[in-house]
Amino acid sequence: MVSPVTALPQSLDFKQPLTPAVQGEIEPDGGNAAAGRVAVRIENLTKAYESAAGPVLDDVSLTIGEGHIHGIIGRSGAGKSTLVRCLNKLVTPTSGRVIVSDREITSLDGAALRAARRDIGMIFQHFNLLSSRTVAGNVALPLEVAGVSKADIRRRIPPLLELVGLTSKADAYPSELSGGQKQRVGIARALALDPKVLLSDEATSALDPETTEQILHLLKDINRRLGLTILLITHEMEVVRAIASHVAVLEHGKLIENGPTFDVFAFPKSPVARSFLSSIVAHDLPPEIAGRLLPEAHGDTDPVLRIVFTGDAAHDPVIATLVERFRIRPNILHGRIDYIDGKPLGVLTLIAGGLGERLPDVLSYLSSLRLFGEVIGHAVRPAAPGARRAHS
Amino acid sequence: MLFDLLPPALAGLILESLKQTATMVVVAALLSTLIGLPLGILLVATEPGHILERPVFNRVIGTVVNLVRSTPFIILMVAIIPFTRLIVGTTVGTWAAVVPLTVAITPLFARLAEAAMREVDRGLIEAAESMGATPFQIIAKVLVPEALPGIVAGQTVTLVSLIGYSAMAGTVGGGGLGDLGIRFGYQRFMPEVMLAVVVILVVIVQSVQVLGDWAARAVNHRIARRRKLA
Repeated sequence: MVSPVTALPQSLDFKQPLTPAVQGEIEPDGGNAAAGRVAVRIENLTKAYESAAGPVLDDVSLTIGEGHIHGIIGRSGAGKSTLVRCLNKLVTPTSGRVIVSDREITSLDGAALRAARRDIGMIFQHFNLLSSRTVAGNVALPLEVAGVSKADIRRRIPPLLELVGLTSKADAYPSELSGGQKQRVGIARALALDPKVLLSDEATSALDPETTEQILHLLKDINRRLGLTILLITHEMEVVRAIASHVAVLEHGKLIENGPTFDVFAFPKSPVARSFLSSIVAHDLPPEIAGRLLPEAHGDTDPVLRIVFTGDAAHDPVIATLVERFRIRPNILHGRIDYIDGKPLGVLTLIAGGLGERLPDVLSYLSSLRLFGEVIGHAVRPAAPGARRAHS
Repeated sequence: MLFDLLPPALAGLILESLKQTATMVVVAALLSTLIGLPLGILLVATEPGHILERPVFNRVIGTVVNLVRSTPFIILMVAIIPFTRLIVGTTVGTWAAVVPLTVAITPLFARLAEAAMREVDRGLIEAAESMGATPFQIIAKVLVPEALPGIVAGQTVTLVSLIGYSAMAGTVGGGGLGDLGIRFGYQRFMPEVMLAVVVILVVIVQSVQVLGDWAARAVNHRIARRRKLA
């Protein structure tokens, strides 16, 4: 778990490796799965191809709690698609185990594997609908495959189509549908056999932002109504932010970060997570400020503080206290509030002018409010009169 | 009409030949579909990385198919005479021609069906696998239905080729329109018979093509068609 950390003097360059103390241990369960039952357990999963230089997946361990929407984010080539395909053994891992709802998928083969796959729904980036079948026919496919009788299939299709809002399109062919509608068919099809886990492989990557939002909303809705565990593979942080309760970051086949989405967003530990986040949460300073920042303190610099407000402390008059008690002259550079998993996350960046020797006191004060404060650099005091407010 | 221009005896001959051609083509087409489609499925599904991956087997049947396809039909027809006798008990006549026609045309249809099924998006097969489908279910519910427009188009090409091949059936006494054209039109200097035969063949081929195109369109749902407003 991440706890509010005190002074973390570090360089501004996120690409530089962080100190081990900051990076810490990646906990497979994100420190949160202990509360409920486990839907998916991935243990030391490795996948290497003979032709490839390094392993595609490198000793990945991850636990996904029942009823969670767990995002797995990574750049293309990070191994996300391979990871998700190991969960239903479309890809056979080189070593390691995958346990989905108490069944060890990695040890299964043949008919037992096919039976286990019926408990794992999957939706795809390019929908993968049969062009030769109507909407109803596509949704019927997994039922036919599972040997459900024709009469039962006829009975089970309408509620599925209703769930995804496509009742009127039952007799349409996929070629007559929009991208969002096609993915809705994909979702209905994936839910046809009442799976325990839904794997979503970049399901919104081929959709426009508005349709993406609708599909994500639908997934969240299904998650709530059916208690379905969803594993969400994506390269878009926005997707994770919108619906995932937990998120894991994958880079070069390694799991480098994992935890509740809010924590990973609020306190990203790895450079990759930071770079993903910078696209959403304003972690990057305006360029003209960044240009004046030095990694080390000098005689003519003031520390630049970033304060992350989470939860209740957001109600305290933090800035006023800083001014009154520590007599700093704050120059606010940047502020923003994001909502992650329904919780507000505020980020405030300010130059703490006139702070001097009281920096440790300020950080421990922030820590006592359960706020996350860190020094992200030191701003050179400008000679120009316009910036005089920052010092005096 | 065409038949009125010909002496009644000739008209009778043409009708008889038409029947022989129809027999050869229809029977060989049915048989080549029955044998060629499974063969095409095997060619696709046993490929490396496909649902029934068997690389060695795949190479063996691929080689056999190529061997048959590279043998000129007229030579093939004579070369497999013992096989023909084994199957239909005779080496002469229309039914004796059906055997080499089937043998010659099946690999062509198998290759066309294979090409059509190879075009099926691998994502669809992956989706079916993720549902727990068996290889047989994937073939029956995904591979063949999704490739159907291409398979039907291949069927049309096969039929047209069969009509051409059947003209050579005269070599084994199979009769048919081609044989009639050669025997009367060429050997007996009756160009009007030759002309009549050619005209009939053109009409047949044209009709097969039009019907085939229509059928391929009818089973194709890949492109949205404007539906007629009721």
